[in-house]
Amino acid sequence: MAKVKTHFNRRSFLKLSAAGGAGLMLQFSWFSALAKENPNLESAFDLNGYIKIATDGTVTIASPNPEIGQNVKTSMPMIVAEELDVNWKNVKVVQAPLNTDIFTRQLAGGSNSINQSWNALRMAGATARYMLVEAAAKAWNVPSSSIKVDAGVISHAASGKSAGFGEMAEAASKIEVPKEVDVKSIKDFKIIRNSQFNVDGPSIVTGKPLFGLDVYGDDMVYASIVHPPAFGMELKSFDATEALAMKGIYDVFTIDAYPEDFERGYFDITAFPKLIIITGDSTWRIMKAKKLINAEWMPFEEHTIKVKGFRGNATDQKVPTKIENTDKQYASMIALSKENPRQARKDGNPEKAFANAAKVIEREYTAPYLAHSPLEPLNFYANVTDDKAELIGPIQTPEYMEQSVAQRFGLSLEQIDIQMTRIGGGFGRKLFGHYLLEAAVISKKIKKPVKLIYTREDDMTFGAYRPMYHAYYRAGLDENNNLIAFHVKAGGIPESPLYANRFPAGAVDNYLAESWTIESNITTAAFRAPRSNFMGAVEQAFLDEVAELAGKDPIDFRLELFDRAIKNPVGERNDYDAKRYAGVLKLIKEKSNWGTPKPGLSRGVAAYFCHNSYVANVVDLRMENDKPIIEKVYCATDCGIVVNPIGAANMIEGGSVDGIGHALYSMLTVKDGVPQQKNYNDYHLIRNNDAPWDVETYFVESDVHPTGLGEPPFAPAIGALTNALYKETGKRYYHQPFMVDIESMFLKDEAAV
Amino acid sequence: MALFTIHVNGESKQVDVDADTPILWVLRDNLRLLGTKYGCGIAHCGVCTIHLDGDAVRSCAYPISAVGDKKIVTIEGLSEEGDHPVQKAWLEHDVPQCGYCQAGQIMTASSLLAQNPNPTDEEIRRAMNGNLCRCATYTRINRAIRTAAKDM
Repeated sequence: MAKVKTHFNRRSFLKLSAAGGAGLMLQFSWFSALAKENPNLESAFDLNGYIKIATDGTVTIASPNPEIGQNVKTSMPMIVAEELDVNWKNVKVVQAPLNTDIFTRQLAGGSNSINQSWNALRMAGATARYMLVEAAAKAWNVPSSSIKVDAGVISHAASGKSAGFGEMAEAASKIEVPKEVDVKSIKDFKIIRNSQFNVDGPSIVTGKPLFGLDVYGDDMVYASIVHPPAFGMELKSFDATEALAMKGIYDVFTIDAYPEDFERGYFDITAFPKLIIITGDSTWRIMKAKKLINAEWMPFEEHTIKVKGFRGNATDQKVPTKIENTDKQYASMIALSKENPRQARKDGNPEKAFANAAKVIEREYTAPYLAHSPLEPLNFYANVTDDKAELIGPIQTPEYMEQSVAQRFGLSLEQIDIQMTRIGGGFGRKLFGHYLLEAAVISKKIKKPVKLIYTREDDMTFGAYRPMYHAYYRAGLDENNNLIAFHVKAGGIPESPLYANRFPAGAVDNYLAESWTIESNITTAAFRAPRSNFMGAVEQAFLDEVAELAGKDPIDFRLELFDRAIKNPVGERNDYDAKRYAGVLKLIKEKSNWGTPKPGLSRGVAAYFCHNSYVANVVDLRMENDKPIIEKVYCATDCGIVVNPIGAANMIEGGSVDGIGHALYSMLTVKDGVPQQKNYNDYHLIRNNDAPWDVETYFVESDVHPTGLGEPPFAPAIGALTNALYKETGKRYYHQPFMVDIESMFLKDEAAV
Repeated sequence: MALFTIHVNGESKQVDVDADTPILWVLRDNLRLLGTKYGCGIAHCGVCTIHLDGDAVRSCAYPISAVGDKKIVTIEGLSEEGDHPVQKAWLEHDVPQCGYCQAGQIMTASSLLAQNPNPTDEEIRRAMNGNLCRCATYTRINRAIRTAAKDM
């Protein structure tokens, strides 16, 4: 057992009981069906905001973070239930209200939900358990140390007394919250490390309303947007006569969600603050009316917007006046990659080492814009008056958007109630909540509750894409085929993907990492495994070529480098644990029977570390009619303690297939500033018939603090795919997506640049 | 506006909507059957899949005026207790991640198995190819369909 400090006091807990309790009830008011399923909630006793216990023993656990498909609505309450020592079958899970007094970091991003809330969740369960035990000790007049708790039953052996949690709930709710509590030894876990089904599974397979798009309020108005068709453009004028003549259309007007002097938060990214809004009585009619708006657009002037950094440091950001074209963007990336960029790290004397190298290899890689395109398009419900804002919908960053709403309307945080629905996919896109603020602005203006819905085309052409990236790699081998020099130069539009201190930094004596960027008015945003989604993939593809040049097996080659990084690391700061990195490679080697050829199949391997977890992949594939048939993907993962194995495996399977799919098929291009892919007919996502036939997942057994899984599997799967494609076709793939001939489409003039 | 009488999940419903309104929006906005989702509006993602006389149909691109007396079944009407073999298999394999596409996947899968009770792996992949899963749970979807096929 270990002691952990409790972070809440009686005062903050009481505040939650008032505000948070109301939040829970509000949420249930729009899911009346769910409220009926939880009749005990109203009479339940709130032990600390996370846990309510009804007199019949039903335990309701509030899951603090937004559920976006990463399984936190199951795995986070599992951690609370473990320390509470309740039977998981008697637990009901609800989405917690936004309340930062009690919950820590209510955000879905960075694969950090479990990693950063592990201690808080254990503390919440252990605190409630302590209070129940103290209540029983008082009632039975026995020392609390002689009381045992097992699966929701409190018992005292000497007196033979026992009670269910429900019987002690009221008394426990009056016990002083302890300053510190004991948490379990890892070896005593009964719920954690045992697969528990998705708590929303039964609701999902029966079509219960769970998502933002499923929120329907009384007297609600439907709203749709029209945004500029091209990046770099803004509204000049519009004529809505035809749309307004349509039956069921209430109004057409413009909004400015982010006025020029508004200091934007980190998550307030939008390319189009000024929008035309159509309101009406049904979704279909506003979608039809959109098409009848005659708008004139014009290029905007260069301007600056005020942006608060992630940690509050405000800067002015320039928005260039420019009409972008994909072919010119590729040309400008290649041109800049040949210039002198910013040095991010240098070990030893790279230029001398390259000059002395027996063999030198250099390669270039690119990746296009990607649209996150979650299947649930951007949408939000808002009911905003002069003194309160009720907002319900899919948002990865409720805490940050609450601040934006407060600032936009001059409301205090207490006047704002943001409720988190289940999120129908985000992949980073729903970190950026302009659509929430837009819904709020519309509601305030029309003085009615509103549901704002983006069409798929709106969602896909609105920007906030994965940036375009370029990376140049160079490696030098000595006459004994040892890696003696390594050079990475990476950049992008508008951000560089470089991580200067990641592998193979630390494993090579002479190392140089450089970085560059190109500005654009095309907005970009965090996309599943930001920057790593490119760097991990291309670094692993390059190392495969270096291993081949060295005449070494690709796993052995990497293990040699990790061995060096373990025994005698180069440099002060290397952002990885070489032992754990080598560990997943050894596991994948064993589980995939690496080295044993599979008839008819070609295989590739890769491993990458990002977002605090380690993943190695082996991909087995063959080509049929110029299309890869991926028969198997093996995944070996080290994420420390695996909280919920069945959910963890699902994340790894999906993340691997997602990475492979984007690398093979997906790309968003622009012509004269206009996104050329607008819907799923021309934006190619991986489909069932293209997907790997099977994914096998393995986890390193570990007692290390648990880390996340949403992002880590994405990049190494691409690396393994790239290397398997080479083995199969004899051709190296340098430009994503591999099934599109990027070279002839966009890089023909490369030599001339 | 026009009155349409449609047959949904075993009940007769009268709705007053524009004739070109897709079934999807009648289900959602008028009848509040919210299990059928909107994803693309052009029948390319499959999240809006329903059964029309047993056939899997994309309800986002199927106007209400073309329904006639065909019987609509939505995810809410697939089984009384949520215990259709496909639904049970989905839970057994813990298929969903975000869950948004899964009702559509289940409707396509149940239609497939009704018409082809013992599909090959290739037949499953082809039949399910019109249903996107952005979380890429395809391997679990296909495993669950194989399990459901054994139960049917």
